Amino acid sequence: MDRGMVTGNYAAAHGVKYARAEVIPVYPITPQTSLMEKIIEFINSGELDAEFVPVESEHTAMAVAIAAEAMGARSFTASSAQGLVYMHEMLFVASGMRLPIVMCIVNRSLGAPNSLLGDLQDSLDIRDASWIQLYAENAQEIMDMVIQAYKIAEDKRVLLPVAICYEGIIISHCMEPVTFLDQQKVDQFLSDYCPDHVLLDPERPTHVQAILTDDAYYMEYKYQQQVAMENAKLVIQEVDQNFENIFGRRYGGLLEAFGTEDAEVVLLTLGSISSTARRVVRDLREKGILIGFVKLRFFRPFPREVLQSLLARLKGVAVIERDASIGSGGVIYTELSSALYMNEPKPKIINYIVGLGGREVTYEALKVLAEKTLWMVKTETTVQPIQWIGVRGLS
Amino acid sequence: MRALAERLPREEFFRSGHPLCPGCPGGTLWRLTGKVLGKNSICTVSASCLALPSHVYPSALTTPSLYLSMSTAPAGITGVSAALKVLKRKGRLKTYEPIHIYAISGDGSAADIGMACLSGAAERNDDGIFICFDNEAYMNTGIQRSSCTPLGSWTTSTLKGKTEKKKDLPEIMVAHHIPYVATASMAFPEDYVKKLEKGRDMGCGFKYIHVHSPCPTGWRFPERKTIEVSRLAVECGLWILYEVIYDQYQITYRPKVRRPVEDYLKTQGRFAHLTREDMEKIQRQVEERWQALE
Repeated sequence: MDRGMVTGNYAAAHGVKYARAEVIPVYPITPQTSLMEKIIEFINSGELDAEFVPVESEHTAMAVAIAAEAMGARSFTASSAQGLVYMHEMLFVASGMRLPIVMCIVNRSLGAPNSLLGDLQDSLDIRDASWIQLYAENAQEIMDMVIQAYKIAEDKRVLLPVAICYEGIIISHCMEPVTFLDQQKVDQFLSDYCPDHVLLDPERPTHVQAILTDDAYYMEYKYQQQVAMENAKLVIQEVDQNFENIFGRRYGGLLEAFGTEDAEVVLLTLGSISSTARRVVRDLREKGILIGFVKLRFFRPFPREVLQSLLARLKGVAVIERDASIGSGGVIYTELSSALYMNEPKPKIINYIVGLGGREVTYEALKVLAEKTLWMVKTETTVQPIQWIGVRGLS
Repeated sequence: MRALAERLPREEFFRSGHPLCPGCPGGTLWRLTGKVLGKNSICTVSASCLALPSHVYPSALTTPSLYLSMSTAPAGITGVSAALKVLKRKGRLKTYEPIHIYAISGDGSAADIGMACLSGAAERNDDGIFICFDNEAYMNTGIQRSSCTPLGSWTTSTLKGKTEKKKDLPEIMVAHHIPYVATASMAFPEDYVKKLEKGRDMGCGFKYIHVHSPCPTGWRFPERKTIEVSRLAVECGLWILYEVIYDQYQITYRPKVRRPVEDYLKTQGRFAHLTREDMEKIQRQVEERWQALE
């Protein structure tokens, strides 16, 4: 099988080509832009038969993707930070219409102040938009997840849009080795999009996105989205298995974990930090330290049940994340605390807020956090549960 | 009128029983549009008065339509036309007949919140007809001023009358050098039908039709007088019927004798507070506009 060096953005573009996306409206924004440029190159060279639409804003990008998807064309778009927030209104329309659009969110910090580097604040901000959200840590995972995303989104038990999130610059612009996919195998894995639930067809006229007056069926629509999101948990695992059967590698579905069976403490993280955290945990385990690793792959649906069964008997969980809901804590920390609250016993959960604005999170820094958490558990010390790490001027 | 009735198909694509206000010209607009564009058409609608008959269940339309948001009806044209192109290439379209794509939007969504979206679709020359239903304010939310509200008009957000001029959206569209721009009025249905047919038969590209749409509810005149008020706007020269084919202007109706604007303004409660000087100012603007267009 062909191997080569590509950036995260190019890996995503290859995924889009393999998935044979058909309508691709994208508005340029750093650090997403090289993804869009690579797709245009694929269309120009005839490797991808799609309509690229040079839209005048991200809001329109999502509107065009919605209209195209409602015509039965597989759509793709991508954005970052301010652009994603600009399309916010249309995100709810896409999921409410149950359109399986796939979007890459090349994570970038939200201004102000402006930063070109990445944290997860932008995609976590769309938490309630009823989009499936997954976080990839490297180029290979991005490429593989684009085709998995369509498979998950278009499954009739799901029919929800999917966002593939990865940190800008750190992942989007760094070259990494990848194994390219075999198009024939991809076609075997993912067939054409042939919807029957939403379709603008003069032979079968429907009025798409009705305006509900009075106390019509709004709540029922939303409940169905909730059911679909629950169904997605199973579908994600099935698709992961299916992918392994054809391509020979798997990611673990909702999350990846190791060492949780004997660990007292785990490091739980997502995105690019996972790679470093995995190394830290492996090295500590080699020294006989009882520590485990969890990489949260899907944030929506939130893998509540799996996390409960994995983490309930532990003594401590360190949630390390590149985001902060100002006025509360990290978004993942809050979600995890709520998921584990009803469990008895349950671990102490410490939230380490790191790397905002793309600030580097090093091996050494993660090792210190791991040791700090282990010490806290061992000495049963009460500490501040939400800690901002690496802030200048803070001791 | 009889000639028009004989020329258009008897088949209706817009059913009665819709929730438009009595006297609204929107029903006529949609009925004629359906007859011209026919069964093989797809409409995208922005939040506006005209989204009510199409998207409040049960819909009055018998052809497919997509409601997107306040500002994105033009993006609907873009998305639907892009999908049609690629599906046609891939042999996934069930029909070989041409499918007409059109968007219907109010003046607020076209000229204010959706201006960038409209301009984008026009500049890309996406394939479809954009119809702006201009009732000169945000009527669906209860008569607030838009940039298309004319000088002097009362609205619930301009209690002493609007102090700014009406935005000239058709001229902005002409500046996009698209294949077709036209103005229309429901008092001149033959004229509207001809223009819509032109837009339909031109094939590719972005076509824009701006329909002056008197609103009994918001303009404060009796429901039965909609067509009369529409006609007066044209006869007084306040609303000029013209078309622009690839930058070439053509006036499609010239009043034999241009009546004073007062005849039009006094029919509506929204202008009741205007003084003689105000009316003279508006009259002068009309003369200047005609001179510029001639």
